[in-house]
Amino acid sequence: MTQIGLNHFLFISSILFSLGIFGIITRKNAVMVLMGIELILNAANINFIAFAKYGNFGYNGQIMALFVIVLAAAEAAIALAIVLNIYKTFANVNVDEIDTLKD
Amino acid sequence: MTENLMIQLAVAILFLPLLGFVVTLFFGKRIKFIFNFEIFILIIAFLLSVLLLFSKLTYFPGITIQGEFTWINLGNTPVIGPISIVLGMMIDNIAALMIFAVTLISMLVHIFSIEYMRGDKRYNRYFAYLGLFTFSMTGIVFTHNLLMMYIFWELVGISSYLLIGFWYEKKSASDAGKKAFIVNRIGDIGMFSGILIIFMTYHTFSFEQIFAQIGAGHLPFNSGFWLTVTGILIFCGAIGKSAQFPLHVWLPDAMEGPTPVSALIHAATMVAAGVYLVVRVFPILTGDALLFIATIGALSAFIPATIALTQNDIKKVLAYSTISQLGYMVMGLGVGAFQFAFFHLVTHAFFKALLFLGSGSVINSMHHEQDIRQMGGLRKKMPITYATFLIASLAISGIPLTSGFLSKDGILAGTYAFGSLTGNWLFAVTGFFVALLTAFYMFRLVIITFHGEPRNKNKYEHAKESPFVMAMPLVVLATLSIFIWYTPNPFNPEAGAFVGSWVKAPQIYTPQNLRYSFMQSAASQQIKSGESQTIHQNKNVVFSEIYTEAMEEAHVPGMLLSLSLAGLGILLAFVFYQWKKLDPDKLADRIKPLYNLSLNKWYFDEIYQASFVAGTIGLSKVLAWFDANIIDGIVNGSAFLTKWLSSFSGKFDSVVVDGVVNFSAYFSGLIGLMFRKTQTGKVQTYIVFVIFSIVVLLFIFKSF
Repeated sequence: MTQIGLNHFLFISSILFSLGIFGIITRKNAVMVLMGIELILNAANINFIAFAKYGNFGYNGQIMALFVIVLAAAEAAIALAIVLNIYKTFANVNVDEIDTLKD
Repeated sequence: MTENLMIQLAVAILFLPLLGFVVTLFFGKRIKFIFNFEIFILIIAFLLSVLLLFSKLTYFPGITIQGEFTWINLGNTPVIGPISIVLGMMIDNIAALMIFAVTLISMLVHIFSIEYMRGDKRYNRYFAYLGLFTFSMTGIVFTHNLLMMYIFWELVGISSYLLIGFWYEKKSASDAGKKAFIVNRIGDIGMFSGILIIFMTYHTFSFEQIFAQIGAGHLPFNSGFWLTVTGILIFCGAIGKSAQFPLHVWLPDAMEGPTPVSALIHAATMVAAGVYLVVRVFPILTGDALLFIATIGALSAFIPATIALTQNDIKKVLAYSTISQLGYMVMGLGVGAFQFAFFHLVTHAFFKALLFLGSGSVINSMHHEQDIRQMGGLRKKMPITYATFLIASLAISGIPLTSGFLSKDGILAGTYAFGSLTGNWLFAVTGFFVALLTAFYMFRLVIITFHGEPRNKNKYEHAKESPFVMAMPLVVLATLSIFIWYTPNPFNPEAGAFVGSWVKAPQIYTPQNLRYSFMQSAASQQIKSGESQTIHQNKNVVFSEIYTEAMEEAHVPGMLLSLSLAGLGILLAFVFYQWKKLDPDKLADRIKPLYNLSLNKWYFDEIYQASFVAGTIGLSKVLAWFDANIIDGIVNGSAFLTKWLSSFSGKFDSVVVDGVVNFSAYFSGLIGLMFRKTQTGKVQTYIVFVIFSIVVLLFIFKSF
């Protein structure tokens, strides 16, 4: 019976991170992209807590994770507001069709 | 009368004609009668000259009055030291007498011209030019330095040019003006060089200071030879202005001008300026220079006299006789007969002006006919002109009771004395022979013009005596050609005041060993013989006693000889032309070559034409060819080279420089295009780049 250790956590978080990146890159819908960002944030949270558990850092990791959760909530609120505005402007939330940046 | 007042009088005489010139020239076109102002000015100037002459001879008989002011002060110049250019006036007896003659003749010529020039379209301008001439001539007379002499010398040159070419519509007149001007320039170059040598050596132009320095033994380049050269160079100016051989060719041509002008400028005053110049610089002329001057004078007396024998233009005969008489004066100065040379200058001025004005009167009444072969018998029609012309002819021939006899005889006696003192009889022989020629050609002229039967009936019928304004000057000048004004004894000029006390030979300043032996002071001659050691004791002795004695001895034989030769000349003229005992044409045929030589003026014009003029034109052609081919070739070649270089550099600019600039622009554009592709504007692409970059960076910094 293998002992669940740090590597497992890191492995999980890297998969989660990669899924988040994959979501950001491949999804056309801006809401899905936001969801990918959430995945990346949570992957980072897992890393914080895992290092807090197995490392010698006290509770710093947990506190940081709490911050990230709050931040993610705020970020989601702002990002959704942006998405709404984008929709108002372009009648569309497909990120690959909104390419006015290049001009 | 103070000296200051005398100077002011001279300044007034100098500037009055200038005022007349300016006023007449500028108002001449508007105001028709402005010429009266010019004549009025001249009368004033003449009266002032009489006053000047009278007071000079009465109150300052032996004093030279000078007044000067600094014109330009150059300060203390490097190498040479302090230099200032000083202008000033000098009034001695010579200047006072000369200014009297100049203003008198000028005034008479002005009056004569009223009638002679009537109807001319540039009437007022003519009088303006006469005023300019009188101003310039007055300047020459009064100057006390060589610089002012040179300035006024050129001014009389320009007035002479303007008046010779006064009828410039006639080509011969404008050519004659140019000829006179250019020939005079040749002489003036010499004079200018002489003045430069003087200024280089003495740093002053003033006669007095130059004389003083030469008297102190300071010579140009410290050599007597250069003093001689300087004297000869200054004399070159006189050769040009006084129409001496070999520059005499301009004077006969100058007769193209109006006849009163010929009387004033080309007979009486301006041509005498050359002699006046020699009179002024006489004290610094060495024996060698004087010998040169005498030789030139003898040649100028002889050659034109032979030419005058055969000329048929009344003015040409007088022109050649003028050169001949000026030659007499120059020769007289050259042999040391200073007083008589100047005496002859004054008397000649009067009777030669009279001859020219008389010929003007004849020409005017003959409707501008100048050929004596068309005249004849005018004696009955023009008694006043005939009488005055005859007096002048007697004077120039040297017949007693006339002024010309006194002065000419003095010069001939001078050459005679020179011959007996130095053994050089050439000048005496020339002088006496020319006296014979002079008498002959003058009476040939008188007889052909006034005696005999009229040759041109038509013109004779219309001829009449000239009006008062033309006759009056003739009478005045004829009066002045009588002996009584100069001496009470018609056979001895030294009995009178002119030669006896007014005009004295000047003190000589040249070193004793450079003078003629008879001009050396007695003390110096004693040193030669080793008897005395006092050098400067007798410096004021002008000519030695030997000379005075020789002059006295020469007086009687010279007079007899000149009288008999003049009589012979007149007799020959009567034999040939009045009584027709001998036929001049047959004689001319017998000595054809000599006759042609004389008729063609010794071919001087042709020789000069073939040598100097053709040479100058040839040289100009060579220079023109050089200019057109070599200089222009160089210029065009350099232009072509420049053009080629510019087109090359233009090519380089448009191809290479522009190429580099364009290429760099194009290259930047290319790079931009390439990078533009990466800027898709899609957030997701950017994120891919970011992640990719992070991965790459991770690999790069893995080892740290």
